Order: sequence, then C-alpha cells, then structure tokens
Amino acid sequence: MKVIQDFGRFWYDFIVGDDPVVAIGVVAAMAVTALLAANGVNAWWLMLIGVFAPLAYSLSRAAH
Amino acid sequence: MTKTVSTKELAAARLAGHEHRAGLDWYAFTVSFKGVFLEGLEVAFIVLTFGTAHGDIPLAAAGALAGVLIVGIAGLLLHRPLSRVPENAMKFFVGVTLTTFGVFWAGEGVHVAWPGETAALLWLLALMIGGSFVLIRLLEARRVRAQGVTSTP
Repeated sequence: MKVIQDFGRFWYDFIVGDDPVVAIGVVAAMAVTALLAANGVNAWWLMLIGVFAPLAYSLSRAAH
Repeated sequence: MTKTVSTKELAAARLAGHEHRAGLDWYAFTVSFKGVFLEGLEVAFIVLTFGTAHGDIPLAAAGALAGVLIVGIAGLLLHRPLSRVPENAMKFFVGVTLTTFGVFWAGEGVHVAWPGETAALLWLLALMIGGSFVLIRLLEARRVRAQGVTSTP
C-alpha cells in the first residue's frame, strides 16, 4: 500500500508540484487555446496569460 | 509562509545525514541518480516523439547521443566554476529556460502559430526573464511595505 501511495505522491509532485492552482491554470489555458485554435483563432497570448497569471497568484499566496 | 515542496525537500536533506556507501555520499548519489534518470526518461520520450513524427528515430537518437556527449564533456570541464554559481541563480536560469521551451512547445502542441515562428523562443525567453523580475520586484516591494507596517509603533 505504501509503495502505491509513494508512487502516486511522486507523480503528483512531478506533474502538479507546489501549487495545484498553477497546474490547473496552465491546463485550462492550454485547453482554451486549443479550442480557439480549432476555431481559427490564433490565441498565442493566452498561453502567456496561462503562465503568468497563476504564477503571480501562487507567488502572492506563498509569500503571505 | 506556505511550506513548499522545495522547503520540505530541503528539510529532508538536512535530516538525511552523511551515510557513505562505496565511497559516495549516498543521499547525494540517490538524489542525483533520480534526477538524471528522470531527465533521461524525458529525453527518451522526446527522441521517440520527434523520431516518430519525422519517421527517423535513428537520426533523433543520434542527436540525443550527441547532446549527451556535449553536455557530459561540458560538465566535466565546467563542474568547478558551475559549482560556484549561486544555487538560486542557477535555479532561476533553468526555470526560465524550461518555462520558455515548455510554453513554446505546449503552444505548438495546441496548434498555435507563434509570432516569429521558431525565433519566438528568443522573445519568449526575454519575456519570461522580464516578467520574473517584475514579480520579484513586486514581492520585494510588498515585503518592504509589510516590514514598514510591523515596525510602525
């Protein structure tokens, strides 16, 4: 059981890391960008917002 | 302050002690091994992805092998000066570089056309460095304000 827990924890740390908000923000930005691209909108700028907005929020929370 | 993964790992490293096996600091060896193994696994995925996409896995593998040799030789030649680079500066540089490549390739993966195409890596890197410094300055300003508030009688 502990091996499974450690295995799961490893992948959580590897994929999600310090703050789930950043992981969710990046995945959401990618999903919306892909959706827009599929409909002919080249929303490259959304990828940048998807990185900096969750990062700023996460840093702000961590610094408290 | 939130207890981050890095602070937890740092606490674990301090508690690990200095066990020596086969003439090696065993904790340092296992941490290095896991890091290199993980990066090696990423390289394998990248080689397979590029090789499959272009129908030439041997060429992609040769490129990866050349990368291993170049990085290995550079590591042997530069390990002393590199060990003197402050850890946070090293992490910052690696972080902005990885984020730049990550954003670029994630965008490519969702069929984004970057302004400047591959040259977008350069302006993305500049943007990541600039944006990171802005965030650092904002955090510093907030810390100074907070110290000013707490030191006010």
